[in-house]
Amino acid sequence: MIVELGHFTLILALMVACVQTVVPLIGAHKGWGGWMAMAEPAAKTQALLIAFSFGALTYAFVTSDFSLRLVVQNSHTLKPMLYKVSGVWGNHEGSLLLWCLILAVFGACAAWFGGGLPPSLRARVLAVQGSVGVAFLAFTILTSNPFLRLEVPPFDGQDLNPLLQDPGLAFHPPFLYLGYVGLSMTFSFAIAALLEGRVDAAWGRWVRPWTLAAWLFLTVGIALGSWWAYYELGWGGFWFWDPVENASFMPWLISAALLHSAIVVEKREALKAWTILLAILAFGFSLIGTFIVRSGLLTSVHAFANDPERGVFILAILAFFMGGALILYTMRAGAMEAKGVFSSVSRESALVANNVLLTVSCFVVFVGTMWPLVAEMFFDRKLSVGAPFFNAAFSPFMVALAAIMPFGAIMPWKRAQISKVAQPLWGPLVLSVALGALVWTMQTGRSFLAPVGLVLALWVTFGILADLWLRTGRGDLGSKMRRLWRLPRADWGKSIAHFGFGITIFGICAMTAWQVEDIRVANIDEPFDVAGYTVTLEKVEQGRGPNYFTTMATISLEKGGRTIVLTPEKRMYPVARMPTTEAAIANGIWRDLYVVIGDQQDGSGWTVRTFVKPFANWIWAGCIIMALGGIFSLSDRRLRVAAGARKTRAVPAE
Amino acid sequence: MRWIVLILCLLAAPVGAVEPDEILADPVLEQRARDLSKGLRCLVCRNEHIDASDATLARDLRLLVRERLVAGDTDEQVVSYIVERYGEFVLLNPPAKGSTLILWLAGPGMLVLAGGIAFVYLRGRRPGAITALSGEEQAELDKIMRQ
Repeated sequence: MIVELGHFTLILALMVACVQTVVPLIGAHKGWGGWMAMAEPAAKTQALLIAFSFGALTYAFVTSDFSLRLVVQNSHTLKPMLYKVSGVWGNHEGSLLLWCLILAVFGACAAWFGGGLPPSLRARVLAVQGSVGVAFLAFTILTSNPFLRLEVPPFDGQDLNPLLQDPGLAFHPPFLYLGYVGLSMTFSFAIAALLEGRVDAAWGRWVRPWTLAAWLFLTVGIALGSWWAYYELGWGGFWFWDPVENASFMPWLISAALLHSAIVVEKREALKAWTILLAILAFGFSLIGTFIVRSGLLTSVHAFANDPERGVFILAILAFFMGGALILYTMRAGAMEAKGVFSSVSRESALVANNVLLTVSCFVVFVGTMWPLVAEMFFDRKLSVGAPFFNAAFSPFMVALAAIMPFGAIMPWKRAQISKVAQPLWGPLVLSVALGALVWTMQTGRSFLAPVGLVLALWVTFGILADLWLRTGRGDLGSKMRRLWRLPRADWGKSIAHFGFGITIFGICAMTAWQVEDIRVANIDEPFDVAGYTVTLEKVEQGRGPNYFTTMATISLEKGGRTIVLTPEKRMYPVARMPTTEAAIANGIWRDLYVVIGDQQDGSGWTVRTFVKPFANWIWAGCIIMALGGIFSLSDRRLRVAAGARKTRAVPAE
Repeated sequence: MRWIVLILCLLAAPVGAVEPDEILADPVLEQRARDLSKGLRCLVCRNEHIDASDATLARDLRLLVRERLVAGDTDEQVVSYIVERYGEFVLLNPPAKGSTLILWLAGPGMLVLAGGIAFVYLRGRRPGAITALSGEEQAELDKIMRQ
């Protein structure tokens, strides 16, 4: 019964979304207040209906209702509760429902918090958001309905893919979707602004929190995914440049660019047309990402052919929204006249450089991701584009970005003098290069990678400190500290996020360059040495968990009198008939110890892989710090207080 | 019952990534094998290089690389030996020749283009570039100044 109700409310939500799209748009065009006001209750209702529908599906999963086809295919009575719940979005249909839910919730949030927006803009924003909802709800109901019943329900389900039965991956998709779908909000704002024919500083300020939120969710989502790959896949790789990963990385790059260009719109009323274009492209890349992941086109052309209906549907959605948006853009962008003037050396120019680097690097990822397809279709060459290409073609952009970051952060708006900007940065530059050189001489015969990463990270960090020091102005230490304390949260957010970027760069370089690997057949109680650690395989036991069998080894690592005991496992999930490796990791600030148990070799030994990975956690710590910076910036007074200030100004707009 | 399941497990168990018995005794050769492996794709996996892959085919390729190295091939000879047999698809790093040049030049080309557009835009926004008043505005200003 509950499941049927969920099915029903999903269809109802589609109807409401249609109303939310059509009525406010006409109202805003004709200037009819009543029709425009329709948008808000519609957006809230749509969100509630989909939330109920999602709740109903979750209920079916939790109670293991095997009359539902989706539950049979993705669940099992023995599965732990956490994975019964995460199983709701661990499949195509359920994840689309989650997508629709988040989309509607973002729309409802705009209705709740958008009190300060001019009525016509708000109506248009919600209408555009509603139209995206129509497309995705129709896609869900027509091609991927999660509520299909089975005529003869089986006794038990087929279990969720064991690789997905993991806390990191349980929360990876929701965060990623919050990011993807959050960009639909900026898209809606961009389209609404084009329809209005007006983009001003206020628009920049309204669109910024949504972009920030989407970007920070994407950051967390990507970090979770990469962390999962690190501990689950059994050799400690953290990024593979897989099409599916690139699909989430491209919107991240574009939204990072958008984040920076929206500042220019807000503070200086320049770069308007460009910012609108970025907002459209950011959501476009989200849709492309959905298309790549959901159609399976890039992983294998055959997966696409097996289920062309879905792929073609998403392609149609992509074509409609991007085509429509870009046509509207070419018609209206000319009207976005820039106001601010600035010299070629200024904060504005630095942000333009940031945008060039971020968007071109995104373009590189895009071309690399799509190239195998292009090559096969047009040049009849079947080839791969993998990590070596991306490392070579993409990394320089990030190096350049880190190199200009302190300059941009310290540069004043409008007009700057190179000598004045450079003066406080000489110290950080000399210090970071000197420390980098020191490290390079200490590590003999290894690559340049780690020292370069260190120099960049230090340069970014010291640059931030120099910037903060400058902001404290003159006076005694007490007044300096007071000024530092009273800096706007957005400034703190900027410093924190930039610091996180430096940390991540260093983590990636240090771990890649300095990791030590050892693979051998280890006999029980025969110690061996790896990078100063005495490693002993103590015992190997068979056991069983709630829904799997396990081979668990006990391995001790001893260094300088301290012993760490790790228990790596090899699991076998009998229902899904899939084995997984559960690496055991001793996390640390300076290094991770990472051990994996393999098969038993003829004789009595077992394959043991031991990795010492220096600074591994810095990669994800940096991402979390970046997200933290986003949260700080989001809590800035300007974004909260302005909501009240707008009301007085917004009234005469109509 | 449990025995049957256990046997099934053992049958399904994959071959791990680089196995101890594959590793060459000569550390220099082994290092070369590793470096080469990182650029070769496991043909049955998704975007994984053969060093990281569990698949049997990846193991065969790893052994093949080592066999050629032991036979005295140079790195280039090993790679072309494998490309001859498995096709260009096996290379994770597409060689910059023929149509693939487009792929390699796309990034730098776009950077030059975007940098050029940005440069023109920034020049256009210089204070001097647009602060000049039009004739009408100048007349208006003169009128105000005279008052």
